Amino acid sequence: MEKKHLLGIENLKKEEIEEILETSKSFIEISKRPIKKVPVLRGKTVVNLFFEPSTRTRSSFEIAAKRLSADVMNFSSSVSSVRKGESLKDTVLNLEAMKTDLIIIRHSFSGAAKFLTTFCSSSVVNAGDGTHEHPTQALLDGMTVLEKKGRLDGLKVVIVGDILHSRVARSDIFLFSKMGSKVVISGPPTLIPDYFRGFPVEIDYNLDRALENADVVIMLRLQKERMQGGFFPSVREYRQKYQLTPERLIRTKPDAIVMHPGPINRGIELSSDVADSGRSVILEQVEKGVAVRMAVLSLLLGGER
Amino acid sequence: MRILLKNGRIVSPLNGLDGIFDVLVENGKIKQIAKRINCEDCKIYDLTRMIVVPGLIDMHVHFREPGREDAEDIESGAKAAAKGGFVAVAMMPNTEPPVDDPLRVRFVVERGKITDIYVFPVGSFTKGRQGKELAEMVMMAEEGAVAFSDDGFPVSDPLLLRRGLEYLKIIDGIYLDHAEDRSLSMGGVANESYITAKLGLKGIPWISEAAAVARDVYIAEFTKSKIHIQHVSSAKTLEVIEQAKARGANVTCEVTPHHLVLDETHLETYDTNFKMNPPLRSAEDKEALQEALSSGLIDVIASDHAPHTRDDKEVEFDVAPFGVIGLETTVPVIWDKLVEKKKITVERFVELLSVNPARILGLEGFGKIEKDGPAHITVIDPKKEITVNSEEFASKSRNTPFEGWKLKGAAVLTIVNGKIAFESF
Repeated sequence: MEKKHLLGIENLKKEEIEEILETSKSFIEISKRPIKKVPVLRGKTVVNLFFEPSTRTRSSFEIAAKRLSADVMNFSSSVSSVRKGESLKDTVLNLEAMKTDLIIIRHSFSGAAKFLTTFCSSSVVNAGDGTHEHPTQALLDGMTVLEKKGRLDGLKVVIVGDILHSRVARSDIFLFSKMGSKVVISGPPTLIPDYFRGFPVEIDYNLDRALENADVVIMLRLQKERMQGGFFPSVREYRQKYQLTPERLIRTKPDAIVMHPGPINRGIELSSDVADSGRSVILEQVEKGVAVRMAVLSLLLGGER
Repeated sequence: MRILLKNGRIVSPLNGLDGIFDVLVENGKIKQIAKRINCEDCKIYDLTRMIVVPGLIDMHVHFREPGREDAEDIESGAKAAAKGGFVAVAMMPNTEPPVDDPLRVRFVVERGKITDIYVFPVGSFTKGRQGKELAEMVMMAEEGAVAFSDDGFPVSDPLLLRRGLEYLKIIDGIYLDHAEDRSLSMGGVANESYITAKLGLKGIPWISEAAAVARDVYIAEFTKSKIHIQHVSSAKTLEVIEQAKARGANVTCEVTPHHLVLDETHLETYDTNFKMNPPLRSAEDKEALQEALSSGLIDVIASDHAPHTRDDKEVEFDVAPFGVIGLETTVPVIWDKLVEKKKITVERFVELLSVNPARILGLEGFGKIEKDGPAHITVIDPKKEITVNSEEFASKSRNTPFEGWKLKGAAVLTIVNGKIAFESF
């Protein structure tokens, strides 16, 4: 891969996505070995820089880096405590002075990963910035679908919920549409403003209709604070219109899979029956996450060449 | 000192002057305008192929004194103005503390006096710019405040706005309206659209401006008061103003150079030098603003010069302060992108940057070049090529969205009261 950073899916070419997915396949096997380690990134220093609470993504990156034999440093902080003292730029410059090779950043402000690239010399991987993008999540989603369906083109992918505030939705929309899937987004119009028609998607506010013949359903986490924001009147009403239930799932193709970036709100966006059913591939997504992140790290640091 | 400006093209639409003349400046006044003037002991400038216009006025600047002198003080701001071709500026009251009483107006007037240009204070409309009680606008006017505004915190209570507009009629005063419905724009950092949704930036929709302007011009129309809409950014707002003007409301408006030549696509880098309020809007909005400039709907070009230190701007987009500087780039940007490209005439340029600001703010002796009038003159070299380099700015701040732009046309001589405030030949 030519790129030095992974900031989002929007600016990746189809071939680059294919390259990452292809590379990921070879890393799946490594995690199944008794000794889960290869020397691809031996001597490289990777920093996990997390300004937002995260267990899944942070652990996944950490495990991925360690299985590639990189040295990993974790730095967690809340944005608020950093804002009181050192600026993001100074924090990163200080870490870089310790000769890091790659920085993985999770931040609550959109554009934070891009901002790092304006002044630092390490590779930067965006692990989620505000409501902008979460590229490795989309890649692992693509990987999961590829494994289950054998292809990405010609599928109908339905993304449901709080699209407005979701970086996962943005990255997924770009990834699946670039790979030839048809993407439909569904949720209340307050969380899918009209100008979202600019994305390469169809919008259907009626979830029942949106689910017809779907191959993949991606449910998004509903943040509790959205209710205070007046985006919908009650969880009860939201659940009635937009919760994925076994009855609704019947409308999809019989072999459709259900995904979720986690953590799930049982009984809100997803009924427990669906979450625990054979249609749910949520834990497989997590498994693919490690392989995809190993692929991204090795491609960016050139360990594969 | 006597100054003789030779062979320049004088353009002063207010008194119907457009032609090659010599201008003799003496004792701060324009002594003579004639085809050929000889003067032995004058300082002589040969202005062949240059354009001599009434001194330019920027009616919307922020100098950070008192409070944030590290970003700009009145002295550095005035130097930037003179360098950009401006003989006068109207300084917004959002300092720390704000200019909301007569004594603070006097402070700005006094500090302005030691600069080479005119710094006209704008007083707060309400005490502390809090939008709760009217400020002592009449007493501030007596100390030299030329207009009133709460700037970035526009009056949201319609009753208070009505009372203030009525009250201002004691002095035939004008309210400068940063019109924004802050509940619609709350938390927003960029125009609300697909482009910014892609970037994950929270939106400031055009309705927050257009709806506020509609309400405010109706109130001003009702009270028969003067209202000036600041930094119009959207096509819909122009519609509202056009209708209000057609109804006969006493409304004027301004637009900034950045809204005229930039749009939201510049945000893709998350460069905070493109973060301002109102935000850069769509390419269609930009086109509409240019149209309205040539049609005459827009009265004024003003920079909204908003200095911020590099430390304050070099942060994540969401937390960076709004605003960009403009005093030293307005003339080159407008000349190159609009005058040179025939979108507006030289005459219109003079109206937008001198005649109309002088009329709206009621500034005596500004806005024209005429015999026996005060010598406030700007000379523009339409062929001068510049590359914007913020390191060379007279301003203390560097937050320009035009860094590196190659532009043709710049102010080369700024004369205030017959004195050279800036020259570059």
